[in-house]
Amino acid sequence: MSPDFLNFVEIVLNGLMAGVMYSLVALGFVLIFKASGIFNFAQGVMALFAALTLVGLQTGQVPFAHLINAILGSNVHHWGDGMNTFLAIFLTMGVMILLAWLVEKIVLKHLVNQEPIILFMATIGLAYFLEGLGDLMWGADIKTLDVGLPVGGSFWWEDLTREWAATGTEYYGMYIDVLDVSATLIALVLVIVLSLFSQYTATGRALRAVADDHQAAMSVGISLRTIWVIVWSIAGFVALVAGIMWGTKSGVQFSLSLIALKALPVLILGGFTSIPGAIIGGLIIGVGEKLAEAYIGPFFGGAIENWFAYMLALAFLLFRPQGLFGEKIIERI
Amino acid sequence: MLYREAGDFKTTYRADQQTFPIKSERILFWAFIAFAFLIVPFFINDYWNKAVLMPLLIYSMAALGLNILVGYCGQVSLGTGGFMAVGAFACYKLMTAFPGMDMFSVVILSGFVTAAVGIIFGLPSLRIKGFYLAVATLAAQFFLVWVFNKFAWFYNYSASGQITAPERSIFGIAVTGPSTAPWATYLFALTILFVFGWIARNLTRGRLGRSWMAIRDMDIAAEIIGVSPLKAKLSAFAISSFYIGIAGAMFFANYLGAAEVGEAFGIDKSFLVLFMVIIGGLGSILGSFLGAAFLVLLPVLLKNLMVGYLGWATDLAAHIQIMLVGGLIVFFLIAEPHGLAQLWRITKEKLRIWPFPY
Repeated sequence: MSPDFLNFVEIVLNGLMAGVMYSLVALGFVLIFKASGIFNFAQGVMALFAALTLVGLQTGQVPFAHLINAILGSNVHHWGDGMNTFLAIFLTMGVMILLAWLVEKIVLKHLVNQEPIILFMATIGLAYFLEGLGDLMWGADIKTLDVGLPVGGSFWWEDLTREWAATGTEYYGMYIDVLDVSATLIALVLVIVLSLFSQYTATGRALRAVADDHQAAMSVGISLRTIWVIVWSIAGFVALVAGIMWGTKSGVQFSLSLIALKALPVLILGGFTSIPGAIIGGLIIGVGEKLAEAYIGPFFGGAIENWFAYMLALAFLLFRPQGLFGEKIIERI
Repeated sequence: MLYREAGDFKTTYRADQQTFPIKSERILFWAFIAFAFLIVPFFINDYWNKAVLMPLLIYSMAALGLNILVGYCGQVSLGTGGFMAVGAFACYKLMTAFPGMDMFSVVILSGFVTAAVGIIFGLPSLRIKGFYLAVATLAAQFFLVWVFNKFAWFYNYSASGQITAPERSIFGIAVTGPSTAPWATYLFALTILFVFGWIARNLTRGRLGRSWMAIRDMDIAAEIIGVSPLKAKLSAFAISSFYIGIAGAMFFANYLGAAEVGEAFGIDKSFLVLFMVIIGGLGSILGSFLGAAFLVLLPVLLKNLMVGYLGWATDLAAHIQIMLVGGLIVFFLIAEPHGLAQLWRITKEKLRIWPFPY
C-alpha cells in the first residue's frame, strides 16, 4: 500500500475516534431533548463540572477553599491525600444526581410550559452558573486528570502499519492514541447500555413514553418530574464519562466546556431526537473535519477545523432540515 | 398621583398612537434625554466614560439590533460577535483607506457592509428554523472570526494581527484615537444611539415591523395571509446586522481603540448580547436598553463591592460574578420571562391607579 493511502486511512481513523468523543457530548444533549424538549446548553459545562469535582475529590481539595480563605482569612487547601479513584467517581456521580435534582427543583419546575427558547436561555444561565460554581469550588487552574486510563501512541499499531507500506517507501507507521481507542470502546458500551435500558426496563419505557408525548404519558400515571430528574441524572452520568475522557486527553480546564459547541453541529447533523443520529453525526463530523483540515485546509492557510463542522452541518441542513435521523417536521396551523 | 392619564385627551389617531401616550411619561422621557445630552457631558470623567457609559451605549445599540432579529422576527441568532467583528473591521478598513472621511459616515457605512454580510448569513433562515437556525448562525460566528484572523488584508498586514483605530474627527473634534475627550466619544455614541433608537422604534410599529411579528408568531400563517417570509426574514437580518455592525464599529473605534478579533468579538459577546435582550425583554425597544444597562452595570457594581470594598482577589470576584450573572438569568426567566420591560409595564399599570388600587 502506498504511503498516501495509508495517510488517508490514518486521518479517517483518527477522525472517527475524534467523532466518538463529540458523540459522547452530543449523547447527553439528545437524551434531555428527547425527554423534555429542552435544548440543554449546559451539557458541556456539566462535563467540566463533573471532571473538576472528580479531580477535586481524587486529590483531596477542600471545596470553596479560596472563598473560605477570603472570608475567614484562613489558609485551607487540602483535607488529606485524596481518595480512591472509584470512590471518587462514585461520589461525583452522587454530586451529578444531586445537581439534576436541584435543577429540576429550582429551575425546571417553574418553567413548565414556557416556550423552548426560554428554556434554552435558562440552560445557558445554568451553564454560566455552573462554570462559576465549578471555578469557585475547585479553583480555575488547569488540572491533570488520571483515572488509570492508558494514554499515548500505540507502538504496536505503528509497527504493524509500517510493515503494510510498500517496501522502499518512507513511511513511519500510523499514530493512534490509546485513549481514543478506549473512549471508543466506552462510548460503544454506553450506547448499548443506554439502548438496553430504554428498551427493557420500566423506567426506560417511561422515558420513551415521555419523549413520545408528554400529556399521554402523564395521563397513564407517569410522573413528569421524576422522569426529568432521572433524565438529567443520566445526562449527568454521560457528562461525567465525557468529562473523564476529555479531561484525561487535554487536562481539566475551562476550554473543556467549549466541547459543547463542538457537539452542536453533530446534533443538527444527526437530528436532535436520535441517539444513533448523535453517534453517526459525530463520526461524520469527526472524519469530515479531519479530512477537510488535511486536504482542503492548506489552500486557506489551515485552522479551518473551527468552522468547518458548522458549515458542513449547515450545507446538510439545507437539504434535510430535520437532520439525518430527526423526526420529520410537520407544521400545522 | 404622579403618573396618570386623567385629563389627557386624545383627539386624533396620531396622538393616540404615539410612543409615549401619557403626558407625564413624555415629560419624563424628554427630561431624561435632555439630561443625557446637556448635563452629563459636563460632568463626565474618563472612568465613568470607559467603564460605564460607553459600554452601556454600545451594548444598547447591539442589543437593539439583536432584539429586532430575535425579539421581533423570532430568528434566534448566536452570531452577534461575528457581525460586530464585521462592523469593526469594515470601520477599520474605511478609516485607513479614506483618511478624510468623517466618523459618522464611516460608522454608518460599516453598518451597511455588515447588513450585506447579514443578508448572506440570513439566507439559511428561509429553510431552517428554531434551534437548528441558532446553531447555523454559530457557523457565521466562527467563520467570520476565522476570516478576520486568517487574511492579513483585513488588518492591513500588521504584525500583531491587531487593528488600531487612527485619529478621526467630526467637526474638527477627535472622536477616535488615543487623544479623545471623554465627552466627545460619549456624545458621538449617544447621538448615534438616539437617532437609531428612534428609527428602530418607528420601524417596529410600521408595516415592516408588523410583518416581522407576523413571521415570529407563526410563519406559515403569515405566509398564507400574504407576508413574504423572504422579505421579512432577510430584512430583519439586514437591519439587525446594520445595528450590530454599527455597535461593533463603535466598540472598536470609540471604545477599545485597538482590538484583536478572537478576543474582542468571540462567542461570549454573542451570548452577552443575547442575555441583554432576554433579560431586557424580547420584542421591546425599551427592554434592549434596560437589558444592556443591567448587564453592564452589574459587573461594575459587583467588582467595586467585592474587590474594592471587601478586598477579595479579582479572580475570586470574577467567579462569583459569572455565577451571579448565570443565577440572575435563571431567576429572571422564572420570575418574569418577558424581562425587565415587562416589569416596567407592570409598574406603570400599578402607578396609574396608585394610591387607590380598587
